[in-house]
Amino acid sequence: MEILVPVIIVAAIGLVCGVMLSLASHFLAVKTDERVEKVREVLPGANCGACGYTGCDGYAAAIAAGEAELTQCAPGGAETAKAIGEIMGADVGDVRKKYAVVMCSGNRDVTENKFDYHGLNSCAAAALVASGPASCRYGCMGLGDCAAVCQNDAIAVVNGVAVVDKELCGGCGKCVTACPKQVIRVIDADSRAVVTCKNADKGAETRKVCKTGCIGCMKCQKVCEYGAVTVTNFVAAVDNDKCVGCGKCEEACPQHIIKVMQ
Amino acid sequence: MMKEMLIIFFTAILTNNFVLAKFLGICPFLGVSKKPSTAFSMSVAVTLVMVIATAATWPVHNYILVKYGLEYLQTIVFILIIAALVQLIETAIKKFSPPLYQALGIYLPLITTNCAVLGVTVLNISESYTLAESLVNSFGAGIGFLVAMMIFSGVRGRMESCDIPKALQGLPITLIAASITALTFLGFGGIVENLFA
Repeated sequence: MEILVPVIIVAAIGLVCGVMLSLASHFLAVKTDERVEKVREVLPGANCGACGYTGCDGYAAAIAAGEAELTQCAPGGAETAKAIGEIMGADVGDVRKKYAVVMCSGNRDVTENKFDYHGLNSCAAAALVASGPASCRYGCMGLGDCAAVCQNDAIAVVNGVAVVDKELCGGCGKCVTACPKQVIRVIDADSRAVVTCKNADKGAETRKVCKTGCIGCMKCQKVCEYGAVTVTNFVAAVDNDKCVGCGKCEEACPQHIIKVMQ
Repeated sequence: MMKEMLIIFFTAILTNNFVLAKFLGICPFLGVSKKPSTAFSMSVAVTLVMVIATAATWPVHNYILVKYGLEYLQTIVFILIIAALVQLIETAIKKFSPPLYQALGIYLPLITTNCAVLGVTVLNISESYTLAESLVNSFGAGIGFLVAMMIFSGVRGRMESCDIPKALQGLPITLIAASITALTFLGFGGIVENLFA
């Protein structure tokens, strides 16, 4: 029975506090723009900052105040933009979903480190030592700064190279800024082909450091009937406005670094 | 009587400064001390919460907990009361002073878990102060917090224009400056008792 006294007393104090608070929230309620609450509800709540505001709360307030574009939420994509548009009574048009891709396929099987790195386990630190341990100075070092910064756990380092799970990726672009090698890009989800290499050295140089580096052989550019693939600085790039996703460049690429989606 | 109050008040500000001598409330001390203006409003909020929290917890402890021999519930009950009070104050400030609400921002809810506030209420009990003495002590602790914050925001303002070695930039130099500021307050030890002799 003795235990009941403290239980009752603590419960009573809690009750008094609770009643006091609910009375206060009733009588001291401040009328805010209800659209802020509504917009905040449809936002994903990732607080990733991709919109350029302090978080979802900040973005919602800015939208309601008419200061922000409605389509800046990358993780929410088209659906969120549409929902915001309905609340704000505006047509948002077409919003493309985006996700990140790692422009490097140099895993442990095809490329080696030029030296053993025993420093801080961070790309930013490793990149300061002779531009990083990876023998390719353009490629992923696989220490996972991007994975650490990702809020959706969409990035994992697999066999020495970062890989993005595009289902989980919200396209916020935090990994793009975290990567000291700028090897990650955010692309539109309807992109049909992507070149997973950034090595801009001549073919012979590239071959020395990586078995799957872009050697600038121009085969993809020649085989493309739509003029969507161009090779500049010995590295191929796909223009997604022209690309139809036929997959001929993927077949032609001797290094197997052009990936066609779908 | 008056003399004792003054001694309690100045002891709380100088000798037993909550931030610089007791090392309580370091979180806002480091977090909000960048600009004197925010440091000031934060300190005012802390002082306010300290005094009100003491006014609420002292009677609860002495008239409820002691009566039933439940002093061991002190911590949990005080946290409960302080949390509710901070919520209440936040609602009230939001209603009556939106600019202050904007200025305090996230820091007002953070006071909920501020050890300086819990510390002052617990110390009032363990020093067996009367209610009046407790309130004076809490107010002094708040003013001491304000003094520490204002001094330190001045120090940080000076540091902005200094050429700090790269390895020490940011938090490290802030902590070093905080410790030196704390050292200066050591000098006040023993002064207060003789102030009103």
